[in-house]
Amino acid sequence: MSDFPRWKYALVAIVLVLGIVYALPNVFLPVPAVQITANRNGTVDQALEQKVSDALKKANVASTGIEIKGDHLLASFANADVQKSAADAIKASLGDDYTVAFNLKSTVPNWLSAIGAKSMPLGLDLQGGVHFLMQVDQNDVIDKQETRYADDIRSLLREKNIRYESVTRASQRGQGVLVVLKSNEDRVAAATFIGTEYPDLSVQDGNATGDRYPLNATVRPDKLRELSLNTIRQNLGTLRNRINALGVSEPIIQQQGDSRIVVELAGVQDTAEAKKLIGATATLEYRAGYGTPQQAIEAQRSGIVPPDARLYKGREGQPYLLSKNIIVTGDQLVDASSTFDQQSGSPAVSVTLNSAGAKKMLDFTTGNVGKPMGVVYVERVVETKIVDGKEVRTPKITEEVINYATINGVFGKNFQTTGLRSPKEASELALLLKGGSLAAPIDIVEERVIGPSLGQDNIEKGLHAVMIGLALVLLAAALYYKLFGLVADVALFFNLVILVAVMSAVGVTLTMPGIAGIVLTLGMAIDANVLICERVREELRNGSTPLAAIRAGYDKAWATILDANVTHLIAALALTTMGSGPIKGFGITLLIGILTSMFTSVTVTHAITALIHGHRKLKTLSV
Amino acid sequence: MEIFNHNANVNFLGMRKISVGIAILLMAVSFGLIAIKGLNYGLDFTGGVSLVVDYENPVTTAEVQEALEKGGIEHSLVASLGGTREVSVRFQPTAVMKDEAGKINLDKVSAVTTGVLKASRPDVSIKSRDYVSSTVGDELRSDGIMAALVVMLGIGLYLGIRFEWRFAVAAIVTELHDALITVGVFALVQREFDLTVLASVLAVIGYSINDKVVVFDRVRELFRLARKAEPEEILNRSINNTLSRTIITALFTAITMAALYFFGGPVVHGFAITMLIGILVGTLSSIFVASPILLWLGVSKQDLMPKTKENPELARRP
Repeated sequence: MSDFPRWKYALVAIVLVLGIVYALPNVFLPVPAVQITANRNGTVDQALEQKVSDALKKANVASTGIEIKGDHLLASFANADVQKSAADAIKASLGDDYTVAFNLKSTVPNWLSAIGAKSMPLGLDLQGGVHFLMQVDQNDVIDKQETRYADDIRSLLREKNIRYESVTRASQRGQGVLVVLKSNEDRVAAATFIGTEYPDLSVQDGNATGDRYPLNATVRPDKLRELSLNTIRQNLGTLRNRINALGVSEPIIQQQGDSRIVVELAGVQDTAEAKKLIGATATLEYRAGYGTPQQAIEAQRSGIVPPDARLYKGREGQPYLLSKNIIVTGDQLVDASSTFDQQSGSPAVSVTLNSAGAKKMLDFTTGNVGKPMGVVYVERVVETKIVDGKEVRTPKITEEVINYATINGVFGKNFQTTGLRSPKEASELALLLKGGSLAAPIDIVEERVIGPSLGQDNIEKGLHAVMIGLALVLLAAALYYKLFGLVADVALFFNLVILVAVMSAVGVTLTMPGIAGIVLTLGMAIDANVLICERVREELRNGSTPLAAIRAGYDKAWATILDANVTHLIAALALTTMGSGPIKGFGITLLIGILTSMFTSVTVTHAITALIHGHRKLKTLSV
Repeated sequence: MEIFNHNANVNFLGMRKISVGIAILLMAVSFGLIAIKGLNYGLDFTGGVSLVVDYENPVTTAEVQEALEKGGIEHSLVASLGGTREVSVRFQPTAVMKDEAGKINLDKVSAVTTGVLKASRPDVSIKSRDYVSSTVGDELRSDGIMAALVVMLGIGLYLGIRFEWRFAVAAIVTELHDALITVGVFALVQREFDLTVLASVLAVIGYSINDKVVVFDRVRELFRLARKAEPEEILNRSINNTLSRTIITALFTAITMAALYFFGGPVVHGFAITMLIGILVGTLSSIFVASPILLWLGVSKQDLMPKTKENPELARRP
């Protein structure tokens, strides 16, 4: 056994065991389920469980199990049809306090989940679901930006006492802001001030006529590009927040190109529900605090709220009294990022307002240092209900105080919101501030619904193809290379197992092209063994002893296998980085497949071969 | 069992003028076909129309697909919309669905489709119809070309470092050959070219390079071993030595792709077919095209000897 060191045997054994364990969850197919998540006023508890089970009984829908899983309730059903009618029944009985969504319930045993083993998430084509392609309106970004700069320049000129005739946006989008001044001196001064105050603008003199001295301030292209990228990112964040609220398993929310977002919700069949959530608008309001915390608690208890105040709830349900007058709304918010307070070093969120908002904030804070101010998160969702056979759309507004802190100084355009518990909270709040409202409107360009029945069909056909392909190759290899072929077969089988294990562990979403990739991988994985077997045969023909032939066969074939696989790996890598749908899924599968097959077809077969032939004096080899 | 006589010494290089001539001809024909006939791009690339169709009684997607095909609407994508009586249908509009200016007319689309579907089931009605945008396709197409270029560059670079530049050139030229002819076949038979087919064309490049590297590897090995290295003889021996492996691997891979074609369902038909074509073309070019290119580029023993590391310490010594 000198050929094959002990540690390599151990490695092979460990990898095989791990492969089997981590591939195992895929055997346990998930069952259709309905997920119930609490909205603001609802709680997930035993009572809810009872309510759901009663509703199902009343509607005569059989469930295979209802259980509380963390913050949501999951009721599972025998098939997708039952799941549909169950969701309808549950929705009808629970009302608006809960979000009812389709989901899948994993049947993977707990001990497997405990060690992080999970099954491959299934793609849209295998599970059904909805696919949205959304276009972000980049023109809107430019419009907003240029309008904001026009406002800013106007206040800047006023502040510096420069007389101007007009500050308007140029007639064409993207041409910046047109400032018309009264004299050349004013123009020079204005250009200097704008240049120093707004480094993102490039300033140019226009043709002067009479006493009109125009000045054109355009946003620098790199800044515009950064803005549009930020817009997309912000919209992605907003969508992610919203879709998480829908409780969909494995949502895909990704950027495509410069201005598109793809959202794929596997397992969701109800486009109206998904669209409602995606299209919802959210905003922020800054309001002055009102009274003391005791007064707020008292107001909540008694229900009596002072006439010029409103009662709000915080994120943990605690009461707050805030003034009825809004200081600034989220529309006036330009940017938000997490940072640290320079004085206290505590986590903070830095917010940038536009000029109108900045002026209001300045006016308000000047007179209110030391007093509290609250930030309210306002979400507006349009609900569609069928009343007397007609669709009735009603907007539903939810409000929540996300921050309540004392004003510690006068501020205007840029200010910090402190009093946060951790840097994590700060970054979450910044994300929420940015992600609360869509940075630019989104149009749904393409919408596809894929039924689960088609998916089931695909899964069966895919499995068939994998099994038959595998069986045929196993048979052919065994026939052609006899014992060595059988060894290769064992390795090929383990290759499938390890491939599935890695894909599951990494969380690669399995799609139909992915299955095609698996089949192709199996076909090509045998190549390494063909190379080895042919080499062994050659060595035998050249008169080597069996053991020497095996050694030389593996040694010489290895260089070839490495070169061939590395080049193949480069090809797979390009497929993976291309980043669009089926090609990416296929590429990832191929990539993992090449790596696992290099291990199984060389190391695993070598281990088995050494085990079989190592001890014995051999006269012939079965190859 | 051995299918091939291991003592075979077919003079493949001897027929290089004919084989490479055929290869060039095939490439030219493919290029011409792609340029003149063009590819029959699928919905992924071109966009089309999307209809929601309602039935009064339960219907299967296969049934709808069959009805559409009978009425001359090919390559439609039919998916059930949750229930059993509503399906979504997507396809590229045929000529009758367009107005004089060649623009898609949605009214005509629904009129024609209703007619076609009513022919097999009277209980059908069209609920909504819409365009599916095509701009997505342009991005994907350029992405695909980018990916193919990156693949070739990466592979060329690797082979240039591991072997020698001549091998990189030979590999890239044959890769181009294999990909071009595979796509050419698609142009010839006007089979639908969709995203999965594009993926498989890229996979063909992967397969093809794998195949060539095995031969190249043997070329390098034999050059290094041989005392008297006549390039033509070495190349011939390399092809012959690796021939059984080349063909066995092609067969094994083809078996799995055939299984995919016959049992994988229509979604992966395009993929399996492309791979089968690619495996055939790639195998033939490994045998008949790659090595003649090496020969013409003037591959020699000196180029392939392991480079002895120059030690600057030693060089400085007197």
